[in-house]
Amino acid sequence: MAKKQRANPTVNSSSMADIAFLLLIFFLVTTTIASDKGILFQLPPKPDPNEPPPDIKFNQRNIFKILINSNDKMLVEDEPMDDISQLKGKVKEFVLNNGKNKELSDSPKDAIISLKADRGTSYEKFITVLDILETSYNEMYGARVGLTADQFRELDLKNPVDKERYDRARENFPKNISIAEPTN
Amino acid sequence: MSKFKKKAANTSQEIPTSALPDIIFMLLFFFMVTTVLRETDLLVEQKLPQAEQLRKLEKKSLVSYIYIGKPKKTDLFGSEPRIQVNDILVQPSDIILFVTQEKDKLSEAERDQITMSMKIDREAKMGIVTDVQQSLKEANARKILYSTPKKVAEDI
Repeated sequence: MAKKQRANPTVNSSSMADIAFLLLIFFLVTTTIASDKGILFQLPPKPDPNEPPPDIKFNQRNIFKILINSNDKMLVEDEPMDDISQLKGKVKEFVLNNGKNKELSDSPKDAIISLKADRGTSYEKFITVLDILETSYNEMYGARVGLTADQFRELDLKNPVDKERYDRARENFPKNISIAEPTN
Repeated sequence: MSKFKKKAANTSQEIPTSALPDIIFMLLFFFMVTTVLRETDLLVEQKLPQAEQLRKLEKKSLVSYIYIGKPKKTDLFGSEPRIQVNDILVQPSDIILFVTQEKDKLSEAERDQITMSMKIDREAKMGIVTDVQQSLKEANARKILYSTPKKVAEDI
């Protein structure tokens, strides 16, 4: 009988792996694993036009002024600073003064870091300085709970133990970084 | 004939490859699911500055992107840094409208938590960045992220 001679009806699947590989490579190449990392910052609210700005007198000693001009040169507490690596030490000294030195802050709670850039300042310089400010604060927070800056940053706020540590570090120790509007 | 004839191994030497397609498919599905195809065509240059103290964003759905940098097509758009949202170059004042549109996409409860991820070229000047921030304040989207990659250690 001729019917018995018919070949087994199987689909040849040996090239299946090749096809899958091809697709795999396509997706591997097109994938950009989105990395949303950066420096978080909270902008201050817009001043209400109906209300005059509150007249708060800050004690000059509680404000740490950093100015950056359009040539990316820094003026820290009215003195030019060329070496950016000094900034971190100065910020820490200022915040952790606790009223000892008459020129520096009363307490970490009152300390304000004011960062003011010029319209012509490059964004790169601005980020560098902002990053240093973040570093100094994270190191101070870390030191309060016995961690390094990196460990402090990695604290998981959903984890109660970490959250407790985070709260303890931030207690009465706000991060007052103010970015003033640039002048021309 | 040698007395010690090499004994052929009894076991088959072949690696079973029948599961290979399945494994590959599994990898394939993983990458298909994790892939986010680039949604916007960048019209501006993006060389982001690097920083160390980075934070990760938790909820992707709350993030909107603003790109600032020198236009790639300098003959069309000039060489001054421009702002790009979605697929077009805009003026700082248009940001308010953009934020409103982005907020409309979110649910009522999440609207205040919208985060603007600012991807700004390192060559850009602070002037344009400030203009954008003023608009963001106006639009009440006050949570911003200066998007930066991790700094590569230079001297250790």
